Amino acid sequence: MNRLKQGVVMFIAFALSACASQQATYDDSAFKQSDPASILILPPVNNTPEIIAPYSVMAQAATPLAESGFYVFPVGLVDQTFKNNGLTVAQDIQAVPVAKLQEIFGADAALYITIERYGTSYVVVSSETRVTLSASLVDLQNGQQIWQGTATASSAENQANVNNSLVGLLIQAAVSQVFETVTDRGFDISALATSRLLSAKNKQGLRYGPRSPEYRQEEAQHGQ
Amino acid sequence: MDKVITALALAVILTGCTSTPPLYYYGDYNNAVYSYFKGGEVTVQEQIQALETTIEKAAARQQHIAPGVHAQLGMLYFETGNADRGTAELSREKQLFPESAQYIDFLLTTRQGGTS
Repeated sequence: MNRLKQGVVMFIAFALSACASQQATYDDSAFKQSDPASILILPPVNNTPEIIAPYSVMAQAATPLAESGFYVFPVGLVDQTFKNNGLTVAQDIQAVPVAKLQEIFGADAALYITIERYGTSYVVVSSETRVTLSASLVDLQNGQQIWQGTATASSAENQANVNNSLVGLLIQAAVSQVFETVTDRGFDISALATSRLLSAKNKQGLRYGPRSPEYRQEEAQHGQ
Repeated sequence: MDKVITALALAVILTGCTSTPPLYYYGDYNNAVYSYFKGGEVTVQEQIQALETTIEKAAARQQHIAPGVHAQLGMLYFETGNADRGTAELSREKQLFPESAQYIDFLLTTRQGGTS
């Protein structure tokens, strides 16, 4: 009987350690106080020579935010709206006063992304595709930063891991024939990098938003 | 005591590692947005077709369509000069996601849904 009990306890310990993320968390009080429901992704500032980098990152960043429970403004349309108003440079767009963004989009928060590294480099014999992003989320009511983070994804990290993660991410995004010429490795790695950066599944990412069943579940569990 | 431990074990099994199903169906949305940004490689008509198919598949799977899909489709219809379908798709986005209301109203009143 004792052995059985020990076995069960060990199993619980194993199950808990298997599920728990090893990452430290951050002070999320500002985020929780702001409690955003909708997020406006602004065109990213691109510190790399790859001109397609912002397209790729913008197109992939919406998914982890939506899956974390936020309404994400349609990135294509948002980009077009800025262009129609004479704003074509990301630095200029990211300098637009928050009150103006709030007035046009009615968004709760805006995501300011900077692309630090993007693309393929050849290290002696093997090639690597790497995407490094930094970002901050700003409350559009008062201009306060409520979250910030950085993340890197690379095709060279444990290949099996990357492929597994990508399979998970891309499982419902099987590329139709029409897009086969458009997608590329950088686009795939961007999916991984944005997910790692933003997803509420990640302790360093955002907290869950109101459209997720996980919204405020964490506190509810801790409160018991 | 044993019962408590067993209950705990069950709770862990049931809630600990469940992978939650996705909230939305995205289909070709990300690909369509990427190709829209890059321009030239995939025609607007092909992008429209891909998004229409994505919406049909979401319905067939009884999954919610991802935020932004109807709005992106609406913008593409505006670009082809089809303002009626453009307006209808933008309105659908607003209906599904009331968070977008202020922006969609701005687009519809300033007629900036497309290149107009």
